[in-house]
Amino acid sequence: MKVNWRNVNQKIGFITIRVAALLVIFVLAFIIFDILSKGIQVISWDFITDKPRKGMTEGGIWPAIVGTFWVSLVTVVFSVPIGMSTAIYLNEYAKQGRLIRIIRLAIRNLSGVPSIVYGLFGFALFTLMLNFGLSVISSGLTLGLLTLPWTITASEEALKTVPMSYREGALALGATKWQTIRSNVLPYAVPGMLTGTILGLARAAGETAPILFTGVAFFWPILPKFPTLLTQQFMALPYHLFIMSTQHHEIVKVRPLAYGTALVLIILIVSMNSIAVWIRYRFRKKYKRA
Amino acid sequence: MPDIKLYTEHFNFYYGSFKALTDISMEIETHRVTALIGPSGCGKSTFLRSLNRMNDIILGTRVEGKVILDNRDIYDKSIDVVDLRRRVGMVFQKSNPFPKSIFDNVAYGLRINGERNKSIIAQRVEESLKDAALWEEVKDRLGASAMDLSGGQQQRLCIARALAVKPEVILMDEPASALDPIATQKIEELIFQLKKDYTIIIVTHNMQQAARVSDYTAFFYLGELIEFGETDQIFTNPKLKKTEDYVTGRFG
Repeated sequence: MKVNWRNVNQKIGFITIRVAALLVIFVLAFIIFDILSKGIQVISWDFITDKPRKGMTEGGIWPAIVGTFWVSLVTVVFSVPIGMSTAIYLNEYAKQGRLIRIIRLAIRNLSGVPSIVYGLFGFALFTLMLNFGLSVISSGLTLGLLTLPWTITASEEALKTVPMSYREGALALGATKWQTIRSNVLPYAVPGMLTGTILGLARAAGETAPILFTGVAFFWPILPKFPTLLTQQFMALPYHLFIMSTQHHEIVKVRPLAYGTALVLIILIVSMNSIAVWIRYRFRKKYKRA
Repeated sequence: MPDIKLYTEHFNFYYGSFKALTDISMEIETHRVTALIGPSGCGKSTFLRSLNRMNDIILGTRVEGKVILDNRDIYDKSIDVVDLRRRVGMVFQKSNPFPKSIFDNVAYGLRINGERNKSIIAQRVEESLKDAALWEEVKDRLGASAMDLSGGQQQRLCIARALAVKPEVILMDEPASALDPIATQKIEELIFQLKKDYTIIIVTHNMQQAARVSDYTAFFYLGELIEFGETDQIFTNPKLKKTEDYVTGRFG
């Protein structure tokens, strides 16, 4: 019996691919299981709503949750309008030529810059030069810069998926460029823009290095409140996790609390990602394409 | 003395360094149907799109010569392109209804031109759908998505949409090429009705369609206007051999 080598190769290929995929799923499952099992025992209403007590060996992480929330809010307010506008400009208005290509290349490269470099840059620009000091706003803006390449790229991709025929049809009826964009491009691009933005934001919410330089605190039980939050330091989940895991004077004792923090952080990020996916699903149904 | 709606004078068109149209001088008579025929790549669609400056949105294009509509060169710096496109409407080869409701599609042109009065809009939508011979089929479901219509209905919707802003000239780029014979026939009947109120220029690669539907025919080849005349004459007694070869099917 002749062995069909093509079939064998195909089988090997498929098995390799399957193993790789299963490996990824396995790693993910392991992480989730580990954090879930060790963190769940700590989760309680008190844990979530109380502030840390007794040198952070007891109590809760509420200030860290609130801090992460406010910083993320500043990030959104900063990066979303600027990111979307930039994408609209690059995709719809700018004359496509060498300059635009260089700008796009710069944006893509910015998304690869290590977050600690962003932290240092944010420290120099917002904390020192603009004198915002160590504060929610310094951290929010720094994370905003971090998210910006993501927002721009995701928004551009979303704009590109809107067919040219929508634009042409509108222009041919005597619409101005902005009218065309507002009524025939943006409604169909916004879901994709939002999805990409939320995914970028979810990543930023978990970043430690940028907020390390610009405002996060080891222990800051005063909750940020508008408008004083702009000048105050704050606590945040990822940094809190770092402290509890490695810097605390009683590491072993507080390890369950660290796992609890990790669990809350993961739940937060998974929720944000889920919202992003849900938005994309809902709007895909609503705006059918020809 | 025929009434000329628009005419071109020594019109040249470039895509970058490629000269797509050479020295086109042509007159379009009002309330008539003028067909542009010729083999693929001869420039007829480029020429059509030049008449409402839709080619402006393509990068690297350049024009020479004039296109005069009502005594004004449409390529003059002082012309408002947006207004031009309202006066010279366009129906595309592949119908492109917006993913909105049937009503919103037809009302789109009115709304972007500033019309706010709901009853005026509703009235114009009904008129346009009737003029486009689509009203009876959609009058009970104006809120339905335009994407649910058949190919022929979508194309008639695009025509209604173009009619709603009351253009003077309608440009049609192979409007029936993606449609079945019955839908095509409906479109052709529609064109015959429309020419009473509009000036129509239609690009078609279907010569029989040109012969059925148009009053004048222009034969394009490799970017040049080879022959222009009354449709009957072009098809039964063409002056130039190249024209004769094309209309008798010797090439194309």
